Amino acid sequence: MSATARPQVVSGGGAIAREGIFLAEQLWPIKGQLALALVGLAVGGLMGLMQALDRVGVVIYKAFLMQSYYQGLTIHGVLLAFLFTFGFGNAFVSLMAIRGFERPLASTFLVQGAFWTMLVGTLLAAYAILRNQATVLFTFYAPMRASSLFYLGAALLVISTLLTTLNLVLTRRAWQREHPGERTPLLGFVGVVTYVMWALASLGVVVLVVFFLLPWQLGWLRTTDPQFNRILFWFTGHAIVYFWLMPAYISWYLLVPRQVGGRVFSDSLVRLVFILLLIFSVPTGLHHQYVDPGIPTIMKVVHLVTTFSVVYPSLVTAFTVMAALEDGGRARGGRGLLGWIWKLPWGDPSVAAQLLAMLVFVLGGATGIVNASYNLNNVVHNTSFVPGHFHMTVGTAVALSFIGITYWLVPYLTGRELMGRRLALAQAWLWFVGVLLFARGQIAAGLLGEPRRSSIGEAPYRELISAGIDNWLTAIGGTLMVVSGALYFIVILWTVFAGRRLAQPMEIPVAEMRFGARETSPLWDRLGFWFLVAVVLVVIAYVPLFVLYLPLHSVSPPIKVY
Amino acid sequence: MRIEAYERIFMVLAALMLALGIVGIAIGALVAGVHVPSPAGRVDPRTLSTTPPFDQPGLRELGGGKYEAVIVARAWQFQPNEIQVPVGSTVTFTMASPDVIHGFVLTGTNANVMVIPGQIAQVTARFDQPGEYVWVCHEYCGFGHHLMFGKVVVR
Ligand code: HEM
Ligand SMILES: [Cu+2]
Ligand SMILES: [Cu+2]
Repeated sequence: MSATARPQVVSGGGAIAREGIFLAEQLWPIKGQLALALVGLAVGGLMGLMQALDRVGVVIYKAFLMQSYYQGLTIHGVLLAFLFTFGFGNAFVSLMAIRGFERPLASTFLVQGAFWTMLVGTLLAAYAILRNQATVLFTFYAPMRASSLFYLGAALLVISTLLTTLNLVLTRRAWQREHPGERTPLLGFVGVVTYVMWALASLGVVVLVVFFLLPWQLGWLRTTDPQFNRILFWFTGHAIVYFWLMPAYISWYLLVPRQVGGRVFSDSLVRLVFILLLIFSVPTGLHHQYVDPGIPTIMKVVHLVTTFSVVYPSLVTAFTVMAALEDGGRARGGRGLLGWIWKLPWGDPSVAAQLLAMLVFVLGGATGIVNASYNLNNVVHNTSFVPGHFHMTVGTAVALSFIGITYWLVPYLTGRELMGRRLALAQAWLWFVGVLLFARGQIAAGLLGEPRRSSIGEAPYRELISAGIDNWLTAIGGTLMVVSGALYFIVILWTVFAGRRLAQPMEIPVAEMRFGARETSPLWDRLGFWFLVAVVLVVIAYVPLFVLYLPLHSVSPPIKVY
Repeated sequence: MRIEAYERIFMVLAALMLALGIVGIAIGALVAGVHVPSPAGRVDPRTLSTTPPFDQPGLRELGGGKYEAVIVARAWQFQPNEIQVPVGSTVTFTMASPDVIHGFVLTGTNANVMVIPGQIAQVTARFDQPGEYVWVCHEYCGFGHHLMFGKVVVR
């Protein structure tokens, strides 16, 4: 059974070509969330310039109307790590669910609610941050005091993703009722798995904000336990990176192969990978806390093992996605061991951006294994090595993929042709070169001991850590990335406001399978079962930790330090 | 479930690679003795300045080339922010915070630990080469975070 054997769902010129599937009242909140995501990328990315130049002593946060480097960095972190990723995820995965299930989302109320909560959450958090009432970075570690509006805003952003989860689960339910006994369509399935994983993961931050930080901030609780609060934060904080990544995987697995003229290797492996991500993403949070003083060593070792397990599905991804690309390259006449690579449609900006994103992800993954490696982490923890690593993962594998996706998604949603294709191509390559320089600089400086989250340009120890050259690489690479970002917004605004109307409606590029769902064991469809397995693993990874850690050590009142 | 031969080879290799990684880490910990910081007790940050040993921060000699440096990390300085030891010394850094979270990374060594209010943080480093070793606060702790550093002078 191939995905393309079904009638194509098309939507062009802003009109809905298939009545009863893409509903206008569901499309506008999807577009709205995408727009919010891109605003987040634009404003957050701009702050990156200030941070990159700060490495070499060019301290310009005042020119950005910031009262400190850290106010700008808070904006960068919150907008890019939360708004950009959540907004894009909600929009993209909802749309893929409609296409995958070939039916509208189960609830129009929920998809509109997701948009409104995201909008209000963004406004509240932005207000608090801009008033300098929440310069606490995107991690808001207790006992640092922040305005309650900030926590409320962050909570609403999370609620928006949970509304989306509920909607996706209900949509799958509705589909199942309409198609008794059939296999869940893959394109719909992977999105539901992504959001169900996230719902479980978000529990940590929800408990943190609702039961600790908000009451403590409002004075109902006098003190809190900073070490325990960090455990709750990182319960969510690692799994969130998979929540960022999985929408990109959806595109790499199921859409990019079509864009390059190849087929997906097999239905079973895709389902396997997403299920593994569901069960292993959450019970791994302690690898962010290897050097926390209050955590029993034995629990750090347990999380080391689970962390290495969650690397596994990504390694499999490297194989399957590559196989699909090779299939495409060969179908286009590529010969020899590597000849297929050059035959891929590098001239298509959507493809080029995502291929480059995948390439960078190899390095991002490798440096991630360094972070995860328990005692190796001693060398790099909280040094600039870490931003070096994650600008190759979320900052490029995810961000540049999302950018690449919008090169077809924005034309699809607006019914306008992509303008400035060469500019878009230049954008992708510039980002690629930029991030490699940036990461090279940050990684090398980190190995010399340069701390992250620090205004190096103002630091008295800048000359004592001899990372001069490396900091220049970071500054230059970062500037190239920001220039690339500017090109991106030129292309997008040009397309949206002055793009030529498409003569024909576009279709969503969904790839065929080499081996379809019939070959896959139905066990891989049993979402409820796998969710239970995930819960059991979380219990194994966290309940002993809580038992060993308790009683709580609530000793810290809120303190404002900015 | 259908898995192709190529897929299977790759899946086995990937699993082997990860297993090797864990073995490498275990060797690092058990043979080379590279460990992560372990719990060293709790304190109350509100009364830190009257709680031993943090009521008297500074360096003390334990004998046999071993030292303990008791350091208070507060916004935005380390107390003390310089210690001097002879070449070949082993120094245990015992730290705590009376306010927000701070961090400690000693450049050129494996010493790296979070300083979290309520918890005593402890790491050890050995100094076999003369010189100056800079340590910095590596967790955001407010407006003056980048001002927080110190050094070990080894002669
Ligand atoms: C547009 C080009 C970008 C530049 C020049 C840039 C630059 C930087 C720099 C220099 C830092 C380190 C700041 C420090 O540790 O003191 C940083 C942190 C960070 N960046 Fe970026 N970045 C860019 C894009 C992105 C993107 C696209 C994302 C994610 C989608 C991202 C996510 C983050 C996050 C989460 C942090 C950590 C903030 C924190 O530690 O609180 N950045 N960025
Ligand atoms: Cu992680
Ligand atoms: Cu600090």
